Amino acid sequence: MNIPVEYFIALSTLLFFIGVFGFVTRRNLVAMLISIELILNSVDINFAVFNRILFPAQFEGFFFTLFSIGVSAAETAVALAIIINVYRNYHSDQVNSIENMKF
Amino acid sequence: MEYSYAFLILLLPFLSFLVLGLCGMKMKKPVAGFIGTIMLGSLFAMSLYTAYEYFFVIGRDAATGLYPTVTVFNFTWLKFTELLTFNIGFRLTPISVMMLIVITTVSFMVHIYSFGYMAERDDKYKFEEYEHGFQRFYAYLSLFTMSMLGLVVATNIFQMYMFWELVGVCSYLLIGFYYPKHSAVHASKKAFIVTRFADLFFLIGILFFSYYVGTFNYDMNANPELIGKLASVAAKYSWLLPSALFLMFIGGAGKSAMFPLHIWLPDAMEGPTPVSALIHAATMVVAGVYQVASLFPIWVQYAPNQLHWVAYIAAFTSFYAAAVACCQSDIKRGLAFSTISQIAYMLVALGVSYAVDNHEGGLGYMAGMFHLFTHAMFKALLFLCSGAIIVIIGSNFKQYMGGLHKYMPITNICFLIGCIAISGVWPLAGFFSKDEIVSACFEFSPFMGWFMTLVSGMTAFYMFRLYYVIFWGQSYYELDPENRKKPGEVPFVMWGPLVFLAIVSIFAGWIPFGHFVSATGQSMEIGLQHFEFTSVAWFSLLAAAIGIGLATWMYLPKNNPVPDMLAKKMPRLHKAALNRFYIDDAWQFFTHKIVFGCFSKPIAWFDRHVIDGTFNFMAWSAQEAGETIRPWQSGDVRSYAAWFLTGTVALTLILLCILS
Amino acid sequence: MANLVMFCILAVVILGSAVMCVITKRIIRAATFLLFVLFGVAGIYFLLDYTYLGAAQISVYAGGITVMYIFAIQLVSKRSLQGLIERVKGSRVISGLLLSLVGLATVGVVLIKNNFINAAAQVTDTEVPMDQIGTALLGSGKYQYVLPFEFISVFLLACIIGGIMIARKEDKK
Repeated sequence: MNIPVEYFIALSTLLFFIGVFGFVTRRNLVAMLISIELILNSVDINFAVFNRILFPAQFEGFFFTLFSIGVSAAETAVALAIIINVYRNYHSDQVNSIENMKF
Repeated sequence: MEYSYAFLILLLPFLSFLVLGLCGMKMKKPVAGFIGTIMLGSLFAMSLYTAYEYFFVIGRDAATGLYPTVTVFNFTWLKFTELLTFNIGFRLTPISVMMLIVITTVSFMVHIYSFGYMAERDDKYKFEEYEHGFQRFYAYLSLFTMSMLGLVVATNIFQMYMFWELVGVCSYLLIGFYYPKHSAVHASKKAFIVTRFADLFFLIGILFFSYYVGTFNYDMNANPELIGKLASVAAKYSWLLPSALFLMFIGGAGKSAMFPLHIWLPDAMEGPTPVSALIHAATMVVAGVYQVASLFPIWVQYAPNQLHWVAYIAAFTSFYAAAVACCQSDIKRGLAFSTISQIAYMLVALGVSYAVDNHEGGLGYMAGMFHLFTHAMFKALLFLCSGAIIVIIGSNFKQYMGGLHKYMPITNICFLIGCIAISGVWPLAGFFSKDEIVSACFEFSPFMGWFMTLVSGMTAFYMFRLYYVIFWGQSYYELDPENRKKPGEVPFVMWGPLVFLAIVSIFAGWIPFGHFVSATGQSMEIGLQHFEFTSVAWFSLLAAAIGIGLATWMYLPKNNPVPDMLAKKMPRLHKAALNRFYIDDAWQFFTHKIVFGCFSKPIAWFDRHVIDGTFNFMAWSAQEAGETIRPWQSGDVRSYAAWFLTGTVALTLILLCILS
Repeated sequence: MANLVMFCILAVVILGSAVMCVITKRIIRAATFLLFVLFGVAGIYFLLDYTYLGAAQISVYAGGITVMYIFAIQLVSKRSLQGLIERVKGSRVISGLLLSLVGLATVGVVLIKNNFINAAAQVTDTEVPMDQIGTALLGSGKYQYVLPFEFISVFLLACIIGGIMIARKEDKK
């Protein structure tokens, strides 16, 4: 394998900031959650790449990615449950509808 | 070891204070009273036993022929430096043993007496506020007794100061005992502030003394190394010891109500009368005298001139107070001025001493202590009698009295005995002690001797004036017998202590006091007790007789024509005397106009504007900052994320700049 | 060379789908594009010879989470089922874009200034053996992960219960 590690890092960085851009611009709660998934994936890529290319004898990055996938699954489940509840109570899935939850 | 029970003398009253103070309200009134009285009774017994043991069983040291100074215990309480430690101890000397007896005797009598007095008061004033007065009163009395005992057995000046402040606090609490009364509250504040102001000088004196001498000890018998220290300090700094001693005396002058710091004592009569008898006549107010007497060897050796200043101040005070006492219509205030005058007598006696020698210059020490002893007894008697009258009459003012001899025979006799004793008539107590003082004054200078003889004549006059207006003259009750309450004798719990104190007042003069207390410690004879009357004695008897005769002529008739005429003839003098020669007003002017105007107002302005302003500004800016950043918490998750990311990026850039 | 070509294809797919995902107005399309991104990332894992990771990515993410999204979207946007169109404020787009670009530049600077890349190892093109992964995942020794594994299982259970509790319809008595 002869792909330089910079390429992977560039890819994950771009993916990360696309996610950030999405998170900051979108108003829909589900869309924001989707942007978070993008960010998470970019981080996962980094873990895997660092492990594979820089320290191939070990498995820390590998397992971190694996557990990260598990955690994000859990996070998504809870977040979606909350969004459904919000929708039920406010009849809106827009992020500004829950602004008064800051209090 | 002897005196191993001594710690109980301090511990018992403290325990009783704790018990009564914490659980007194839960007890029935008699129970609380009994606890206090039984404790005090055992203290009284212990003090008598201590005195017996000290003077008769152990007695004089064989080698020196003096009563030894016994330090029963002395433990370190605070350690300032290696050299300067603050100890709490228990020290017995002839005068501290004498004070033990004085304090416990009077206090015991007052405890018994208060059973009747406070109960009567409580019945009369069924106010909500006074509900728990009785138990509180006994708790305070216990605390006071503990503090006063701690003061007299102090092994060092700092311990004395600490207990000195404690008695001040007790005095404050007890003067303001009837706190729903405004005048009582004002009087207690006045007493506390005036004595605290004087105590400031005491503290400064202590600091001077301890800084240069390097110790708090003041007793050269108990601490022989002190002699060398004092000598070296006096050689190096000649100003130091006189000024330190005089500063300490200012503290004593505040407690002992010397002119011009006497203003608090007449007002202190707002407290219950037993308290006036115990604290403001017999014990606390003589603390200043006791302090000067304790430091007497140092005074005489290193500051004889300043000691004479004390004598002049005291002599003036005695005259002034006697003059004011002649015009008071409130009987307790009259007695208060008499107390001031008599305490001044004791200080005069100490002040005119110029050597530590029993016969040449040191007579005053013995005389002052003797007068302290006898005065405590008969002045307590007089105050308790006036308390009995006040309970019966329900007022302090002489116009409601008069003609009481028919209704209160026992009180009448006791009061008369007290008056004769204080006037200095042979063979009652006051004669002997006062005459020794006058003799000491004549030794010092003839002028001082004649002056004090004059004051003793005035004493006889104002005391008998008081006696006549209370017990003789026109009866207030008889003017309108149908509408007014008939006066009657007080119950036994009240007249019992009166009779006891009256008996003591009659015979106390015959105690060979010079054998126990004298300037050198050696035994000395009081000539008068062996009927060796000198010309001094005849003169003072004459002065007393003139005073009594004048008072009889003026006040015995029913309508008092002579005093009214005199008051009309000299209205300004009469008014001035009635207003205590405007000393209170002078202080009022000094504090309100000068102190408040020149110091307090600028300080208050500084506090309001600069200090408060600073804090207001800080509060305002915090609030403004809060208001400014409050909108940032919009609840909009996206802007949070944006800010968070901006911060991260900024931090990263800063780190990059620093690292590269 | 084939790897590089493969990488380029995957990168184009991932980035293109991601961009479409964040700029599309319809929420259901965003979910669909997310699915493509997830597949692309799985492809990256395959490229790195982490086949197990790639399989997990496809089954958990693409299989599980995306389905969950679709359901959620169906439930939430019932009334405007697929026609949900967001209005996006222009100023916000600009600020988001600015922020992203500045962040990107910062990360780029950090990458350039760092020199860990020199430590890159030469890796052979062999698949990571499955038994090694299995041993590490379920072993309890050093560098072995049974504890996090168990923890994740309990955590997932807790999340299932929590999700049910939150999304459950309240009893209207």
